[in-house]
Amino acid sequence: MEGLENILLRHSFFQGFEKELAPVVSGCARNLRFAVDAHLFHEGDPADEFYLIREGAVALEISAPGQAAKIFLTLGEGELTGLSWLVPPYRWTFDARVTKPLRAIGIDARCLRTKCDSDPRLGYEMMKRLAVLLVKRLHATRLQVLDVYGRTES
Amino acid sequence: MTEMTPFNTALVDPFLPQPYRIARAVREAADMVTLDLVPQKGEAPPFQPGQFNMLYTFGVGEVAISMSGDPADRSRFTHTVRSVGAVSSAITALEPGSVIGLRGPFGAPWPMQAAEGKDVVIVAGGLGLAPVRPAIYHLLAQRARFGRVVLLVGMRNPEEILYRREIEQWRSHLDIEIEVTVDHADLSWRGNVGVVPALIPRMAFDPKNTVAMMCGPEIMMRFTANALRDAGMAPGGIYLSMERNMKCAIGLCGHCQYGPYFICKDGPVMSFDRIANIFLVREV
Repeated sequence: MEGLENILLRHSFFQGFEKELAPVVSGCARNLRFAVDAHLFHEGDPADEFYLIREGAVALEISAPGQAAKIFLTLGEGELTGLSWLVPPYRWTFDARVTKPLRAIGIDARCLRTKCDSDPRLGYEMMKRLAVLLVKRLHATRLQVLDVYGRTES
Repeated sequence: MTEMTPFNTALVDPFLPQPYRIARAVREAADMVTLDLVPQKGEAPPFQPGQFNMLYTFGVGEVAISMSGDPADRSRFTHTVRSVGAVSSAITALEPGSVIGLRGPFGAPWPMQAAEGKDVVIVAGGLGLAPVRPAIYHLLAQRARFGRVVLLVGMRNPEEILYRREIEQWRSHLDIEIEVTVDHADLSWRGNVGVVPALIPRMAFDPKNTVAMMCGPEIMMRFTANALRDAGMAPGGIYLSMERNMKCAIGLCGHCQYGPYFICKDGPVMSFDRIANIFLVREV
């Protein structure tokens, strides 16, 4: 059976990650499976665990009173569920629902934050990856809100 | 290299519209219609995927519209038109049996020949699916000549997916990978949500041996070109269908000038390496 360290290192988020740091991260990680329609978390929940998707799909949803809930992003293999665990007050700002049977690595956010604080090398390695993810999501969101397929297109 | 076809030299007078009858009108959306146009005499001239016609509504004006039909079907031209201005609004209001003026085909096509033996990635956004549909017909008809075929489609929401039934039919071909993504959806949608360039890292293709063809809003194409470059593709293998206000359609009037090019004659299909230096210039 493959160890969690190797599974982590094969995940695209950890591509090129220093091997010696892998056990430090895997100490905060666990293997998980979820069935379709299971919720990984709801809006307002403490963001105390985040998920690296190994297989399957997750829909990120948001709702407002009196309006139907909307899916604003779907995530698949090789992706990560969100970043609310990284910044105070560490609460999710959307729901995450499984749409295809999910295999994921759950990472204890408090555990990883503590390790990153005490080991700047680990913290920097993580932040380099998370910053890329953050910028890509920001760029994608900009494109999404521009409503580029709207009627003004000629 | 782009396969250049400046304009159809078989046309006796490229400025003289020929009468075509609307044989069928399919309402794709409240503001969008697909028209089958049959020549009043003879058969429609041949065209290559990516080319366009000038459609003339008598008394209103003329507009450039890409082919969206099967290039193997010589009995008709098919065009999908969205109502965005006076001429396109008049066209979308026409009923079957109406007669319309048509000049064409014009413009440089998709590089179908150059793509043979390679993987093909097609990226379409919104109405941009219409100009790539002839290329998809060609790829499906000549499937053995190409490597992997990937089609990525971005739409506003599930209700506005253009050619939905046909996409479902294409999906039944087991040798073409198709992903559709929408900008937002309600909870009944089981497909992708997000922008179309985000699908590119998920797809399997050999970036060193791939031809990519894309059509959609220019900002979508900018992001998509970047994603293809990030995936390892060279700019010369990335082709875009550009759009500017075309009038004469044969490179004489200058209305569609795009830097050193005329979109009607040098495009609409252009390789990214030819336009990369002006693609981000707002004033061009």
